[in-house]
Amino acid sequence: MRATTPMIEVRGLGKMFTLHNQGGIRLPVLDAVDFDAAAGDCLVLAGPSGTGKSTLLRCLYGNYLATEGSIRVRANDEWVELVGAPEQRILALRRDVIGYVSQFLRVIPRVSALDVVAEPLRMAGVDTDAAREQAGALLQRLNVPPRLWGLAPATFSGGEQQRVNIARGFIARHPILLLDEPTASLDADNRRVVIALIHEALAAGRCLLGIFHDAEVRDAVATKTLALRPALVGAAETAESTLPEESCKAPI
Amino acid sequence: MNAQPHPQLNPQPLLSVRDMTRTWDGVHGCRDVSFDLFPGEVLCVVGESGSGKSTLLSAVSYQTQPDAGSVWYDTRDQGFIDLAALPGARLRLLSRTDWGFVRQNARDGLRMQVSAGANIAERLMAVGDRHYGDLRAVAGNWLQKMEIDAGRLDDTPVSFSGGMQQRLQIARNLVTHPRLVFMDEPTASLDVSVQARLLDLLRQLVTDLGLAAIVVTHDLAVARLLAHRTLVMRGGVVVESGLTDQILDDPQHPYTQLLVSSILQS
Amino acid sequence: MSALHATVERDDHYNFAYLDESTKRMLRRALLKAVAIPGYQVPFGSREMPLPYGWGTGGIQVTAAIIGQDDVLKVIDQGSDDTTNAINIRRFFGRVTGVATTEATPDATIVQTRHRIPETPLREGQVMVYQVPIPEPLRWLEPSETETRTMHALAEYGGMHVKLYEDIAQHGHIATTYDYPVIVNDRYMMRPSPIPKFDNPKLDGNPALMLFGAGREKRVYAVPPYTRVKSLDFDDHPFTVETWTECCDLCGSRESYLDEIILDDAGTRRFVCSDTEYCNHRQAQQRNDKATA
Repeated sequence: MRATTPMIEVRGLGKMFTLHNQGGIRLPVLDAVDFDAAAGDCLVLAGPSGTGKSTLLRCLYGNYLATEGSIRVRANDEWVELVGAPEQRILALRRDVIGYVSQFLRVIPRVSALDVVAEPLRMAGVDTDAAREQAGALLQRLNVPPRLWGLAPATFSGGEQQRVNIARGFIARHPILLLDEPTASLDADNRRVVIALIHEALAAGRCLLGIFHDAEVRDAVATKTLALRPALVGAAETAESTLPEESCKAPI
Repeated sequence: MNAQPHPQLNPQPLLSVRDMTRTWDGVHGCRDVSFDLFPGEVLCVVGESGSGKSTLLSAVSYQTQPDAGSVWYDTRDQGFIDLAALPGARLRLLSRTDWGFVRQNARDGLRMQVSAGANIAERLMAVGDRHYGDLRAVAGNWLQKMEIDAGRLDDTPVSFSGGMQQRLQIARNLVTHPRLVFMDEPTASLDVSVQARLLDLLRQLVTDLGLAAIVVTHDLAVARLLAHRTLVMRGGVVVESGLTDQILDDPQHPYTQLLVSSILQS
Repeated sequence: MSALHATVERDDHYNFAYLDESTKRMLRRALLKAVAIPGYQVPFGSREMPLPYGWGTGGIQVTAAIIGQDDVLKVIDQGSDDTTNAINIRRFFGRVTGVATTEATPDATIVQTRHRIPETPLREGQVMVYQVPIPEPLRWLEPSETETRTMHALAEYGGMHVKLYEDIAQHGHIATTYDYPVIVNDRYMMRPSPIPKFDNPKLDGNPALMLFGAGREKRVYAVPPYTRVKSLDFDDHPFTVETWTECCDLCGSRESYLDEIILDDAGTRRFVCSDTEYCNHRQAQQRNDKATA
């Protein structure tokens, strides 16, 4: 076993949702989550639904704001704290370090599938033609036929959209990749392609975190598992329902 | 065209607003606004009517003088300066070269009686370009970039559709390669399908030209599509700010939660 | 050649040159300022004159402010000394000053003009006074006076080129043929009054002093002697003047600005010099040459 570089370090992570417009109900979803992940790891999040697996991934991406604890990722040989980080830093991390494959493709009108997939490369400075070429290769691998590449994915089937989404997530070869149910709408052949992509990513030293509903895929790729348990019940107390005085601003 | 890489974690903001207040009667307007804008970044200011977002835009772009607070800009030749210290002439020059301002109603931002080509080329003529052939070529190029038929170069905007007029207005503002563009509800007067096209164009332009932009809108979908970061305004103050996707997916402030939950899912 | 002659007895009911001394002083101050800032429009207190706005009150007030006992005045209108307006203005000054008047350009010390610059080159010491309808070159672009003043202050003249661009786009060439905008002393944009663009080159580096007066708009401006005056153009569409294939029917000139005159209902036309004095002078010279030959 080769020495592996630690890539993610999470300590005491907590996420509490406060629904101000519904009487101020507080929903604790994550509570005191601790784990580490290293290069070459495929950490699978396990647990029944509602235990916060998606929430955890979103916290790691900066899409949700953690209410407690620390998330540190390794970027350019340095540890960077995500919780409370300025927006600029998170944007830079998303561009260079952390990739994310969401459960559903967010469809933007008029942008072709090829350009959707090529975009992360373009954002990283690769020129358009080269980016499109790589995008095409990856789409081909995921069995999205060339006749669809020039079309906007709005009219694609769920499975086709998801494959575009996966391509977009894998293409920039981020050191850390977060996968939220990537194979949910895929058939067996395409699931195998995704498994292969994951194995290649791991072999290249990337660190993956994933939620996999499908046992076959899970077993094929997982190197570690993190079981999430439901957050403490009884924390369903109501917050004050008047508007707070302070506004909620991320630091400038 | 090659994409401009999103700027590195750049410690130098392009625009810094600190504790800025601008009201027209001491009460209504915007108060105590602070934010930074970095090169190549799009910031959306979202709010309903009366939230003060248009006042904010007007004050930040120094079309009206802030009552309190300051706005700093990283000029090309004088470094990072307080705009209050800039003489009127320099400010006017700045706003015609390094900045753009796209108005909600294209008619307010165009010369309706002169040709599309003249509209686009005007800013270049204002900074001393004197070659008709070159001016015409540049203008023609921009028309194509904005997906307007180049054959319309000599037509006046009166004969253009609303979407075309808006695209022309944008071209007119971008021709001097400004680094910062202010947009006041750029899609509000347009039909939905036309909006989509315009937003897509804006998205591409922002990426290709490395533009920084402050876009005022009441439409969260516009923010989702265009903006890296978003400010939510209500009653003249910024109630929440953060990454756009975070604001929309994990809103913290009660008003933001209300706003987000009010979007009809299509 | 026409001799110096005072045509009208001075009527001493009127103050010399009609205007009171304070007004003349005010006008001279404005003119001094105008000369100090070539091309810059200086406001002045335009007085009620015995003729309505639009008939040359600005030019008349400027002439009235500078004319002295020893001056010799020439007045032309569209190049001619004998049109109704030219005659009336010349007679007016005769009445209120008793000053000598002339039709000979070389003999004049002050030449008041509407719409032409004489063909005969001017010399140092002469003053041209132009009648100006609208002094502001940017008025078509910007109706607000405050805004145009700011534009002049900041030399924001790009909008003027929009007009020229538009001309070329619509007509293939710059379509302005008179009152063609110029840049004076590499700084201020100016309207040279409705002279044909043919005359614009005469403004550049001219040894005479050029004064411009707009009565209705209450502005004076000036081009001092030997000042650079450049007509606006594009690098690839340079400024050009009018040309004719014909020459003057009367004197044969190929260098002067020609008027086209319709002679009869059949449409017979002839071209003659617009500057009548110039033309007459040439004809007289040709008769002399013939006589001595």
